[in-house]
Amino acid sequence: MSLAELQNMFLNPDLLERYGPRFIDGLLVTGKLVAISFTLGALLGLLIALGRLSSNRFLRSFTGAYVYFFRGSPLLAQLFLLYYGLGSFKGFWQDVGLWWFFRDAWFCTLLAFTLNTAAYQAEILRGSILSVAQGQREACKALNLSRWTAFRKIILPQSLLVAIGPLGNELILMIKASAIASLVTIYDLMGVTKMAFSRSFDFQVYLWAAVLYLLIVEVVRRSLKLIEGRLGRHLQ
Amino acid sequence: MLAQPAYVHPVSPVTDTRKVVVDIAGLNKYYSAFHVLKGIDLKVREGERIVLCGPSGSGKSTLIRCINRLEIAEQGRILINDTDLSLPTREASKVRSEIGMVFQHFNLFPHMSVIDNCILAPMSVRGLSRKKAIELAQHFLTKVGIASQADKYPSQLSGGQQQRVAIARALCMEPKIMLFDEPTSALDPEMVSEVLDVMVNLAGSGMTMLCVTHEMGFARQVAERVLFLDGGMVIEDSPPEEFFNAPKSPRAKAFLAQIVH
Repeated sequence: MSLAELQNMFLNPDLLERYGPRFIDGLLVTGKLVAISFTLGALLGLLIALGRLSSNRFLRSFTGAYVYFFRGSPLLAQLFLLYYGLGSFKGFWQDVGLWWFFRDAWFCTLLAFTLNTAAYQAEILRGSILSVAQGQREACKALNLSRWTAFRKIILPQSLLVAIGPLGNELILMIKASAIASLVTIYDLMGVTKMAFSRSFDFQVYLWAAVLYLLIVEVVRRSLKLIEGRLGRHLQ
Repeated sequence: MLAQPAYVHPVSPVTDTRKVVVDIAGLNKYYSAFHVLKGIDLKVREGERIVLCGPSGSGKSTLIRCINRLEIAEQGRILINDTDLSLPTREASKVRSEIGMVFQHFNLFPHMSVIDNCILAPMSVRGLSRKKAIELAQHFLTKVGIASQADKYPSQLSGGQQQRVAIARALCMEPKIMLFDEPTSALDPEMVSEVLDVMVNLAGSGMTMLCVTHEMGFARQVAERVLFLDGGMVIEDSPPEEFFNAPKSPRAKAFLAQIVH
């Protein structure tokens, strides 16, 4: 096999010229999708984690049920439920003025991903908040710090250091699970890959997709390492 | 090590006219079925230095933790400067920040430098400016002999140094009363004296102190009263020379026989 043949097999210049730009677009869509839903999911997840730790029984059982549902069912099913399920109540959404949201695959996907990752992140954060030594809370009380200051300045920074590893893991899982978005007409990385394959019947586009996913994960991995070093600078 | 009594021990409780700053009456505390404190009555006067000792499980730590409400007693009343801490009033919160506490395991904030540990509460609770808080922190860090380490993290310090930082951090709130919960029990033996020296100095400055400790040398040197607790009750309450030389109760005798070699 010559070098040119080998190149044609894995990085065909014609194919690259035709679909390369679309892959870049797909990469950006995947990045945006994951970045937005992961960030919103972190905020929601923190609230849910606090609900799980609350002394209020109603809040505790509500957030518990939330986590139970979103961790217990497949992301794909949740996405379909939102997009096809809720999307079938067109009249109702038009009445309440939310049809623009639920008819749009992009918004539905963002919502499904956010709700799903929030459940996982809530459990990570809950565990990491519990892992902060009791003495830290006592020191805060003895210094008469307000609960909010104690949480923001003492408990949260220490628990994030514990959480960063599992949160990174969740982010990486999210990046790969985001390929599901391609099933509801989103042209994310997997969406453009499927399109390119259906037109060219050349399997190498899946190889490109795999390499590009790997690339994102590698960027994430390195960023996490930096953040971890920053949060844990007192341990060096 | 700590030989001569440094202070004149006063005065009978009857003739003592100093203001009562901690007034505990009928305090009962339970850990579910376990009755930890059984009707404690205790008056502490301004500037008094009290050492609490007793076997483990006797309730001495619980007692001082009740004073700054780390534990909530089921029955009884604690007045600090005539303010009832159990009422959730603004005044109660203010009084609480006049009580400093030093823990057995230091409980410094590990992710903050020494100086940040010291300025957090003064800025956030007392509303001091950063500049003022840093001045204050440096003053107390100098007092505990650790000013040169201000920018280090707690993990970079020895146990004795960490405990001295914890004392400085508590002092930065300029408390009227200091509580010590076995401050030297987690330390290597060669670091005990540096912490005790700081506490002796603090006692000399007229601070009201309640110390749970087994450092009997410290008790002899500094305490005005030694309280011996057993089974959730105050069994003895006497000046140190009386407590060490002529303990009244057999349990105190047995306790002293075990710890004084």
